[in-house]
Amino acid sequence: MSATLRHVGWVLRTNPVTMIAGLGALSLILLAILGPSLVPYDPVASNVPMALQPPSRQHWFGTDQLGRDVFSRVVVATRLDLAIAASAVTLSFLIGAVIGSFCGYTGGKLDLWVGRFVDVLMAFPLFVLAMALVAALGNRVENIIYATAIINLPFYIRFARAEVNVRRNLGWVEAARCAGNSHAGVVLRFLLPNVLPAMAVQISLNLGWAILNAAGLSFLGLGVRAPTPEWGIMVAEGARFITTGRWWLVVCPGAALMFAVLCFNLLGDGLRDILDPRMRT
Amino acid sequence: MTPLLTVEDVHVSFTTRHGVVNALRGVSFAVDQGETLGIVGESGSGKSVTALAVMRLLDRAGRVTSGRIRFRGEDITAAGRSVMQPLRGAAMSMIFQNPRAALNPIRPIGDQIADVLRAHNDISRRQASSQALELLEAVRIRDARERLSAYPHELSGGMCQRVMIAMAIACEPSLLIADEPTTGLDVTTQQTVMELLTDIIHRRSMGLILITHDLGLAARYCQRIAVMEQGLKVEEAPPENLFGAPQHAYTKRLVAASPTKHSRVQDLVGEPAPPSVEPKLDSRPLLQVSSLKKVFGQSAPAVADVSFTLSEGESLGLVGESGSGKSTISRMICRLIDQTEGTIRYEETSISDIASRDFHCHPLRRTIQLVFQDAGESLNPRFSAFDSIADPLRNLLGITDNQELRRRASDVAERCGLPHELLDRFPHQLSGGQRARVGIARAIAPGPRLLVLDEPTAALDVSVQAVILHLLDRLRRETGLAFVFVSHDLNVVRMMCERTIVLQAGKIVEEGSSEELFREPKTEYTAALLAAIPHFEQRHGIF
Repeated sequence: MSATLRHVGWVLRTNPVTMIAGLGALSLILLAILGPSLVPYDPVASNVPMALQPPSRQHWFGTDQLGRDVFSRVVVATRLDLAIAASAVTLSFLIGAVIGSFCGYTGGKLDLWVGRFVDVLMAFPLFVLAMALVAALGNRVENIIYATAIINLPFYIRFARAEVNVRRNLGWVEAARCAGNSHAGVVLRFLLPNVLPAMAVQISLNLGWAILNAAGLSFLGLGVRAPTPEWGIMVAEGARFITTGRWWLVVCPGAALMFAVLCFNLLGDGLRDILDPRMRT
Repeated sequence: MTPLLTVEDVHVSFTTRHGVVNALRGVSFAVDQGETLGIVGESGSGKSVTALAVMRLLDRAGRVTSGRIRFRGEDITAAGRSVMQPLRGAAMSMIFQNPRAALNPIRPIGDQIADVLRAHNDISRRQASSQALELLEAVRIRDARERLSAYPHELSGGMCQRVMIAMAIACEPSLLIADEPTTGLDVTTQQTVMELLTDIIHRRSMGLILITHDLGLAARYCQRIAVMEQGLKVEEAPPENLFGAPQHAYTKRLVAASPTKHSRVQDLVGEPAPPSVEPKLDSRPLLQVSSLKKVFGQSAPAVADVSFTLSEGESLGLVGESGSGKSTISRMICRLIDQTEGTIRYEETSISDIASRDFHCHPLRRTIQLVFQDAGESLNPRFSAFDSIADPLRNLLGITDNQELRRRASDVAERCGLPHELLDRFPHQLSGGQRARVGIARAIAPGPRLLVLDEPTAALDVSVQAVILHLLDRLRRETGLAFVFVSHDLNVVRMMCERTIVLQAGKIVEEGSSEELFREPKTEYTAALLAAIPHFEQRHGIF
């Protein structure tokens, strides 16, 4: 255990970017958990006399057209945005990794059919596909999750397939068969854990992308609806006021969005180093 | 006359995350024109670092901390890129292990040779191409004109190495460094490549540094041999003195551990002979293979009509060059792949009728186990040594209790000479020999009666190989295991097996008792294989 911590420490020390990204991601997660109990104002309570105030000591990020505190709304929105992204990515990772691993290991017909399905899926403009899915399934938060998960699925299938494919003829896979493991056991207990480090990078990059995707759908009025605090909706609502110089309505939630995406993207490489057992000595 | 190359008290250190590692700690030697110097030693002894230091190709973490390297009298220890660039390839060049990896896979070999020529000489494309043709002829590649446009994957390993040699000598360098040039090649190919190399050296009166782990190879082709251990040169002498009367303790150990024509397993580790156990040859056969055939896709059969029997407790050697079908046979016996035709009987059961995909849950799975070639590649990187050994115990013997698993695994590990405290280590934290022990422990853990060994020591240093062979021999005597021992190393097979089968292109060429077969081979193929093994003679009054 202490060896693991030492190793994590070493990766972070030698790679300051990972360190900063990790701290950023950690603070985002903390905000998602504790945010609603920390914020100074109720994020949905309107206070019309105070509408459209620029940033000040009372309202750090100013107020919106209904007089709601933008800072409180940005902070509270963290939970929803992260939750959507995390569940979507978890879903597509779990399903994609298992399907992809089996395809990569067995090859043959299964691989062929799944491969073509993935090709077809990837031929769609993915964001448009997500919009269509949400529109068809109904305008609810869980449907944003499903839609985001489905459009991410091809990447995980391909990734897991390729990673398993290069390992399936290695000695330890044959050794696992000799030790009495079934084909399914070899895939789930031997191959999947070995492709995890490479996939962790994908997961981290994908988290950022999924956050953008969820915000994008909300921006277009799909999924999360006002008055729920959510970065995408806030940007969409604020966009009306940008011509009159009320920049804070767009910039603040937009910056939060950018910060979150950037953190998860930068974290990717560091994660790979942390999870690879060969890096530990 | 100044020697071609002198290396004087060179120290090289690498800066790693665990501090500074001293890879060379004061190495000196000299090479004259037309002379071949062998550098032998085991992995980690600093052989390759020496070569890279001379070529000034050390990576960024490594540097020469003290000492002098002189080439044709000129000090190149601290020479910059502008001095080295024209020297490399033109005046000194290098041949690497694994020629296939050193060639660019997407360019025809003729172009690659021409590239080298054009990098150092101001000549036209056409001239370069015709010189490339001459070079291919010089390295005795047949149909050289057609081969000019061949890609590396269309050539065999031996041919690729010849192309590498052609590239290395293209600009007529005066010094050639060959780093394990024939490791991974078959013995017969090794012989032709080495003879070609020495012939070229003599004709062009170049200096050659031959880096190898194979003492026999060094003895056959070098005028002087330097033995290295842990970054130091421990001894340097002509081969007859070195092998006849080794001075240093390490050299003695190395010489003793190298299998020769006459050595026995216990000689390698210097132990008294154990009481010999005669296999019960009259007992009923454990394994009966008849008319076994395997065809992959549309190609020629990998295994064609192979039949043999194996008695209980017997050890049978399968030898042959790469592509002879050894590994395919071993995998069919272990039910990892299905045969195309033929039957395999294990005692009363016809195991060839059980599909390989269903064999994992068959009660016979635990009785037939396989030891793999490269222990590093055959251990799951995410499993500790304990996990690897416990896995078959859990699956095949149905042991679920953790304490029981611990106890059993450390029992097996102990029998394989693996210290208890190493059980929690991961493969990358173990040495090559320790990994081999884990691989063997994993195979014998479920208590098999037939052990198939697929080149179990091919990736190991000679001293480690000696210990592992001794361990395997002891395990066989203790437990009455039967072995199918697959190897390309004929000396090893002769020591380990009572009976030997020689394979060529999937067919049995010759079969018989190991002693006889090695003393008086009946077929030309076997004789050629035996003659190609480079040997050194230990002094028993000879020389």
